[in-house]
Amino acid sequence: MAKKDLKTTVQDNVIWKSIFRPGSIYRKGYRDTSRDRALASMNNVLYHLHPVKVKRHGLKLTYTYCLGGLSFFMFILLTVTGIFLMFFYTPAAGAGTEVAYLNMRELSASVTFGQLVRNLHRWGAHAMVFTVFLHMARVFYHGAYKPPREFNWVVGVILLILTLLLSFTGYLLPWDQLALWAVTVGTEMMGFTPVFGEQVQFVLLGGVEIGPNTLLRWYVLHVLFIPFVTVVFLAVHFWRIRKDGGISGPL
Amino acid sequence: MSDEVEIDQEVYDRLIGEGKNERIARAKAKAAAVRKSKIAEGQSLGPRSAEENAKALEEFRASAGGGGVATKTAAPADAGGAAGGRLTPEQRAARVAASLGNGGSEPASLGVPTSSDHTHRLLALVPPAGIQQVQSKQMDKVYTWPHLLLVEFVALLAAGSLLLIASFFLDAPLGSLANPNEVPAINKAPWYFMGLQELLRYFHPMVAGVTLPGVFVVALLAAPYVDKNPSAHPENRKVANMAFTFFLAFWGLLVIIGSFLRGAGYEFVWPWVEGLGFTL
Repeated sequence: MAKKDLKTTVQDNVIWKSIFRPGSIYRKGYRDTSRDRALASMNNVLYHLHPVKVKRHGLKLTYTYCLGGLSFFMFILLTVTGIFLMFFYTPAAGAGTEVAYLNMRELSASVTFGQLVRNLHRWGAHAMVFTVFLHMARVFYHGAYKPPREFNWVVGVILLILTLLLSFTGYLLPWDQLALWAVTVGTEMMGFTPVFGEQVQFVLLGGVEIGPNTLLRWYVLHVLFIPFVTVVFLAVHFWRIRKDGGISGPL
Repeated sequence: MSDEVEIDQEVYDRLIGEGKNERIARAKAKAAAVRKSKIAEGQSLGPRSAEENAKALEEFRASAGGGGVATKTAAPADAGGAAGGRLTPEQRAARVAASLGNGGSEPASLGVPTSSDHTHRLLALVPPAGIQQVQSKQMDKVYTWPHLLLVEFVALLAAGSLLLIASFFLDAPLGSLANPNEVPAINKAPWYFMGLQELLRYFHPMVAGVTLPGVFVVALLAAPYVDKNPSAHPENRKVANMAFTFFLAFWGLLVIIGSFLRGAGYEFVWPWVEGLGFTL
């Protein structure tokens, strides 16, 4: 038997073939043909997001400015940096046990890349609010919410609110003066909800005022509950883009 | 790729002479060769006329025996009782009988021609309502890979590096330990809620904190259902664009006033007098 070259050895075995589906560009090597360009999408997990072909005008940077994609990228980046931060953070506060705030000090002082990752998380959060907002404006000015895309606009507005909630719940976690009083301003407004305002405030604060319970509650909302709901709505949002005929336009 | 199909050398040379791409020239020369051979065999070129089509269909039906009967019977049955695409059992039985060729019971008489070059026939028993109609127009499209994915990747890298550079030089703020007994002089919500805080200055908290934001959210959610204008052209939707622009400008103005022009005790200040009372 002739000696196989390295490429054949790696690609021509059961394990490699089990990982990459028939037609995958990694299975047999990629040639720049129409067939392989189509297969690159079809045998890729990205096929859930992108079809094989897209409208040419959608590629123009000045049509979308990549704002939806960048919002999603920010969400991924915030998830990754957030997981890193979770390793070094305990949502505990209260007289004599200010663990959360001490964790923040340690994060910037003695954790490798701690300050950098925290900065990325903070600026990324502001950036995401901004890109989501710009994305909405772009969609409006292009009339991209018109039939059949009405419902996807509704999902998008829900995602905007979820983004604001994600950012706002994260605002409390450093447990410094800035966080405490910014959140006080926000939650006092919720207390004015008609009929059951007091109950709303009580549930959100875990008490009558911001305290250790609020921190724990907002931590769980921030790292688990709201991201989970957001992912569900993101899935519907992306799915509807394709079902509604891809990107809107051309104008 | 092989060159099994002959190419018309004359056409090929002419196109190369005109400075055409080698691949284009080869493809056109190939097509020319095929066209030539068809003409040589006496076949007609181009799309057939309606009469020719009808004639060809008649010929096919004649040669296919019962195969054409089903296609013929499907239409009247539909027009009759098949409202909404549903058939009564009797109608269905009648259709099956018709497609089997006037009560013929032998499977051999299903209508598949035995001496024909055709390898498939039309399925006649599917009611039109049962078929999902895909009505997509032919559009100018490009492959997602590489065209779209490369753009997205570059955008991702650019945004990522911008954020990394910002994070390298600018540290996220961290104040002193939270103290519920000590109200800071400057007390502001995050910037995206500054519009609401600014509204609080002018209205009762129930209006500024609940009613107005509620109205805004409902207005946003309802926008596609209220805006019945089918056009997406900016020239045709001046009202919608104006309304939205005013909404954004109004909101942006509130955020800017609240963020930069409010100091201690939320009083109005100029930023160059007392500094920016603003933390991200």
